[in-house]
Parts: sequence; structure tokens; C-alpha cells
Amino acid sequence: MRKVALVGVGMTKFGENWDKSFRGMVTEAGIKAIQDAKITGDEISAGYVGTMASGSLVGQEHAGALISDYMGLNPIPITRVEGACASGSLALRQGVMAVASGLHDVVVVGGVEKMTDLDVAAVSQILGGAGDQEWELFMGITFPGLYAMMARRHMHEYGTTEEMLASVAVKNHANGVYNKYAQFQREITMEQALNAKMVADPLKILDCSPITDGAAAVVLAPLDSASSYSDKPVEILASEQASGTLALHDRENLTSIKAAKIAGELAYKKAGIGPKDIDVAEVHDCFTIAEIIATEDLGFFKPGEGGPAALEGKTKIGGEIAINTSGGLKATGHPVGATGVKQACEVTWQLRGEREETQVKDVEYALTHNVGGSGATAVVHLYQRGY
Amino acid sequence: MKESISLTWRRIPERYKMIGTRCTTCNSNFFPPRSVCSKCRRKGKIEPFEFSGNGKIYSFTEIHAAPAGFENQIPYVMAIVELDEGTRCTGQIVDATLKDLKIGDRVEGTFRKLLSDDPEGPIHYGFKFRLKK
Amino acid sequence: MAGIVGYGAYVPKYRIKSETIAEVWGEDPNRIQKGLGIMEKSVPAIDEDSATLSVESARIAMERAQIAPDELGAVYVGSESHPYAVKPTATMVSQALGATPNLTAADLEFACKAGTAAMQICMGMVDSNMIKYGLAIGADTAQGRPGDALEYSAAAGAAAYIIGKDDQSLAIIEDTFSYTTDTPDFWRRTKADYPSHGGRFTGEPAYFKHVQGAFNGLMEKMDEKIDNYDYFIFHQPNAKFPKAVAKKLGVPKEKIELGMIVPIIGNTYSGNTPLSLANVLDKAKPGEKIFVTSFGSGAGSDAFSIKVTDKIEEKRKKGYPLSHFIENKEYVTYAIYAKLRKKYKGM
Repeated sequence: MRKVALVGVGMTKFGENWDKSFRGMVTEAGIKAIQDAKITGDEISAGYVGTMASGSLVGQEHAGALISDYMGLNPIPITRVEGACASGSLALRQGVMAVASGLHDVVVVGGVEKMTDLDVAAVSQILGGAGDQEWELFMGITFPGLYAMMARRHMHEYGTTEEMLASVAVKNHANGVYNKYAQFQREITMEQALNAKMVADPLKILDCSPITDGAAAVVLAPLDSASSYSDKPVEILASEQASGTLALHDRENLTSIKAAKIAGELAYKKAGIGPKDIDVAEVHDCFTIAEIIATEDLGFFKPGEGGPAALEGKTKIGGEIAINTSGGLKATGHPVGATGVKQACEVTWQLRGEREETQVKDVEYALTHNVGGSGATAVVHLYQRGY
Repeated sequence: MKESISLTWRRIPERYKMIGTRCTTCNSNFFPPRSVCSKCRRKGKIEPFEFSGNGKIYSFTEIHAAPAGFENQIPYVMAIVELDEGTRCTGQIVDATLKDLKIGDRVEGTFRKLLSDDPEGPIHYGFKFRLKK
Repeated sequence: MAGIVGYGAYVPKYRIKSETIAEVWGEDPNRIQKGLGIMEKSVPAIDEDSATLSVESARIAMERAQIAPDELGAVYVGSESHPYAVKPTATMVSQALGATPNLTAADLEFACKAGTAAMQICMGMVDSNMIKYGLAIGADTAQGRPGDALEYSAAAGAAAYIIGKDDQSLAIIEDTFSYTTDTPDFWRRTKADYPSHGGRFTGEPAYFKHVQGAFNGLMEKMDEKIDNYDYFIFHQPNAKFPKAVAKKLGVPKEKIELGMIVPIIGNTYSGNTPLSLANVLDKAKPGEKIFVTSFGSGAGSDAFSIKVTDKIEEKRKKGYPLSHFIENKEYVTYAIYAKLRKKYKGM
């Protein structure tokens, strides 16, 4: 297997992009990534795109063909992959496998979601499809509801508090201020977070990632030729994916996402490093409780210690480990299919040292953690500087 | 949310009577039903198994932002219920608000409308839970 | 002879007080409570309808009957609030009980007496050996027009009776007699949301004439007398009419008390007389006799002579008594009541 590097990254502004279309956003992100890679585009021989629900959200299936056509990449093959909110990382993983295997040399990977063309109730129902439609969604549960039940168990078993949950949102909003691509470039206070409108008890609106439009893209190449496309290539050390039960009620416990834990362990093993080595991590904070669970599943903190760690500032920039320097899903926004690819963009900028206010010092290793549904699909990537 | 009548019709045994399945090889019970035992896989022997609807609350939440079709019901309480026969499922806790509940509370099955948002469409019925008094 | 092999009763959790409704319409709550004798009424939850109430009551009846669901040969659901205009409630109930497919099932409507009509049909089928067991249910989620006198009484509840041979019965139905005429005292046209009624006309030519007709008819047919009965149940559109008819017929006041549940749950229409009977069966002793007279507008009355057997004690322990549901209650405001009953536009 060949070693694989990220040689170009790009993304659109995340937010309520009323003036931008599905195809417009994915094209914009793709062009940015290609330009960042200093390639003409002719070098690209394949593409992968992650989108969770383009068919339901904008009525557009066959996203691969659309993108190939509108990016002027015909006739190269572009394949759409779907794994709910982990679709972006799945697309990245397909790209990594294609380059690692030697099947393709230069590959473009995109993630995109256009979510604001429908009303909130309709979007909420479509996102519910990431769970078990017949046995969760049809019973009246929502995604905030599923994560709320995880939060309640975490509180019950470990004494995690609403303040601990809120501190995740406060920290991610603080990081998002400096991210020009973020949906919310504004701080929130603990008081605001705790008094926000209830969505699914105990999760309030500021515990939830928003509904967002956006796209992100990366260009992959073999590490040994990466220097011809980028001055600062980033090596992908590991790309691991694991599956868990579709429905939350079938999990052994609700305080950990087993698939994410397994994907993380496999990735650490593959790369020969451990949680202590990670300097920057973009984790899937679709809800505040999800970040706390992620920091435990990935071994940054022991089970039950993720909440106190967040409250004590251990996950801030300059703390023990910088979590979600981009602002996470909470402040950057969560265009579901784009999120996994956006995470790769953020850690690339961190490894290149291109972040300013939010730059973490001497980043050696970075991690991305992307979860589909309530944890049925999980993907963990590990990165290091490739220059 | 609109559910096709054929889907609802297929699910009537499960939704009305909580008919799940049981693997007689390892004695695991499944609800919702599974046709492949997740422990024994091909060695598993699966047969229908009726659940009592009795159990206890494993976790719960109160929904304030409802998906399409549930808007008239907010706020309503949802839970993951640990069934007495040894598996968990998701369902609504009726006739209760958040303050009435705690983890571990006993519940029993009840029969309610799951969804009837379309005045000219079919009414979907099925199991929910209520606190056992 | 046919009898009751199992019975079950169910009333939703929510209640609204008469005074809460009176306040909305500027009525004097004391006058309403005194006039109708109804203190509060049951209100169904937003996800309850006559089918769900039927299933709740029938599941208790099945527990008491201790029979296999596929032994049911007939299911009849009497209601004036069937969830569908066309599609039988009885099929949903049969399926929920696991009684399908080898049985007959149908819905009945006869204002407040469709439940007792269902019992008579099952009795006939059992007596003729057409079926082994039949399930008769009276269930309603009744609606009264906002501000109308009926709004204080129209309530929700259900009772289910499994009718079988007398040797397995917890109570034997010794005989029945009906009295029926065309009397336009109360009706609801197909597309109307709320029923209309004839005001004072619902009394003398409707309720009193038919209740007395069925009562006297059965007493004469059986050559029975009031003294031989321990309990009397008269249909209760309010608390006033049954007391008045008892007085006219010479039935002692104390013999109607146990069956008088309308003051605390309201008029559950098709569930009315069947629920009262369930309340009496929850307390009655072996050997005691119950005389039941239902009434349905339109109009008709069904009278039954029932004798409790020694199986009652063991069987009634197997399910929740009606008091379980009557006592487990939560009061709602008029605004919540209007939400639960979907009285707001756009719901």
C-alpha cells in the first residue's frame, strides 16, 4: 500500500447560503481545493463525494455525475458515498483507499449538503433517517432526542452536568469567532447556553449543531509525489471505519459510541501512536454531549471525565488537547455530508501552521472523528506533516 | 411524515402486539424482530416471540422540537425502555411529563395512535408505554 | 344460556372540571353541577381514540377471560366516534388482540347504546352455537359542541365484555329485552363535527319512555320484581335522569349508587352503561343480581338481568379494576382540553 497525502484543501462559507445551490457550493469547494493543490485538474483521475440526503433535501440524486459534469471533470469516474453524517469521511476514506492501492494517483474528494431549501420540520425528519426509520423515527424520536437520551445516561452514570455540556458549546463558539468559514462567528456565554430554548431535554438549542449549507473538498495524491503538488503536504496516517447498531436502543450502553472507539483504536494501532500524541482533534460535536463522549472514546479522557475536562478548559486551545479549533459542528455549522471533509481541511491548516488566532503550537499529529447517525458509522483519520 | 400503507401493514404484528423474535440457540430475544441472530449469525434459530410490553426506563427525553407529523403532540416524552424479556426499544411514554419520570421506573405497554397527521390518510396505531402504577 | 366470561374497563387519565368549562362560557358552576350532577369528565389524550380505548379495555377482558385470542369468534365495537367513517374499528381491535383471522367483526352505532347492542348480538351467537366466545365493546371519545350543555358531559371511556357459555361465566345474563322507536332526540349528520339534540325533548319522549319500556318489558317477561335485585344500572346522560327514572320505577336510591359513575367521569356514550356495569362487577358478590338498562338516542333501550357467579372473585383479580383508571387522573385547563380534542383550527 502506498502512503497517501492531502495536497489541497478548500471549502465554502458554511451557513444559511440562501444564494448558493448544491452544485454551486460543491463546485466552489472543489475548485478551491484544486487551486490549493497547484494542479490544473487534468491530473485528477477519480473523485468521491459524500452527501447524506441530496435526494431528499434538494431532490437531486446522482450527485457524482452532477459534480463531474459541473466541475468539468468528465469523463473521470466520480462516486457518491453515503453514511449519514459521516458521509464526508467515508468519501475521504474511499479516496485514500483508491490512492493507497495504486488504482488512482490524484483523487478529488468532496462533501456537500444543501439543507436550507426545506423547512425545519422536514429537515429534522430527513435527518431522522440517519437512525432507524421504522423503530426510532416513526415512534416520534428526533436526533436531538437520541443524543439527549445519551446525555441523560451520561449524567446518570457519571454525574455529568448541564454546565459541562454547555461549556463545550461556549468553547466551540469561542473558536468559531476566528474561522471565516464558520456559520457562527460569535461568542456565547454559559448563561445563554444554559437558558436557551429546550429542544430535547436536557439538550437546548445551543447544545445542538445548526442546519447548514456548505461544501468542502480535498485533493489526495501519493505521499512520494506529494511535494510536486504542495509545499506542505499532510500525510494521512490512518483511515479507519467501524459500524455499530443502527438504532441507539440496541447499543450495549449509551455513554460511549462503540464504533467510534473501535475506529479510534484501529487508527492509533495503524499509525503506531496513541491519544497522548494528538495535538489537535476535530471531533463530531453534532451535540455537546457528543463531543464529551468523543473525547472519552478517543482516549483523551477516561470515561466520565470528558465532562469535567470540558468544564475545566482542558479541551481549549492551549489546554491539554485542542478540540474543535474550527469551532466544531456547533459553531462552524453541520452541512452533514460536508462535515467530515471540512474536518480534514481544518487539521490540514493546523498541520501547515496556517491558522492564526486559533493556531495550536507545534502540531505534530492531528485526528478527525466523524460519526454517522447516533453512532452506527464512525470514521477516524490520523494525520501528520508530510514535509 | 407519511408512511406507506404497505409498510404499516407489514409492521402490524410488531406494532400492535410487540411480536419480536427469539434465537433458540442462544436464548436472545429481539425487538424489533431480527431474522439473523446478531450473536449466533448462521447458527441461530429464529422464531417469533411475543413481548409483554413490561419493562423499565433506561433513558428518556422530552421532545420540544418535533419532526413533521408530531407537531401537535409537543411536548412529549420519549424513552428507551429495557423490556423484561431482555432487549431495549424506543417508544413514547404517554400520560407523563418529564418531571414524572426517572431512570429505572417501571412501565407497561399501551396501544395508541402513532401518527394520524393526514386527515384523509390512514391512522397508524402501535405500542407506547405508560408508567406502571 | 350466555354469560360474561371476562370484562374490562378503561378511562383516559385526563379530566376537566365542570367549573373549568363553566368559567369559559360565563355559566354558574354550581348551577351546572347541580343541574347535570356532573363534577368532572374524562378527556382522551391526543393519541387516543375509540379504537385505542377499545383495545385497552379488551386486553383487560381477555386477561380475565383466560381464553386464547383465536377462540374469539366475533368482535363487535359499538361507538358513535369510530376513528374512520369507513374502515372498521373492530378489525383493528381484533388484530391488536391477536384474534384474527378466523372470526367475524363489525362496528355498531346506536348513539349511547351500541355497546349493549353488541352484547346482545354476541349472546345470540353464543346461544345458537355460532361462536364459542364473542367480544362486545362500547367505546367513545364523545364531543360536545363548545358552549353546549353536552360539553359538560361528553367524555371518553370504554368497556369490553367477552360473552360465552354460562358455565364459564363470572356473571350469567339471564335474559334481555329491548324497546326501540324512531325518536329524533339526538343526532349527528355525516359531515357535522358535533351532535345536535332536542333539548328538553331528550327527556320524557326519549330517555324516560324507552328506559321504562325496556325495564318493564324485561321485568314482565321474566316475571321478576325489584326486590330480587341488588343493583340497578340506568344509562346516565347526566346524574339527574337515572335518579329520576329510578324514582318513577320505584327502585330504591341505594341500589343505583354503585353504578353511578357519570358524576366523576362524564357520559362516555357507548361506554356509559357498560362502564357502570364494570364498576358494579368490580364489587359485586357471588349470587347477587344486577338489572341493567341502557339507552341510546334515536331511540332505544336494552335491558339485561344479570346474576353474578362464584367465578367473579378469582377472575376480577386478573385485571385492573375501573377504579384504577378513575383514580389515576390529571386535571387539564380548558386550553389544554381544546388542544387534546383538536379544537384549534389547523390541528
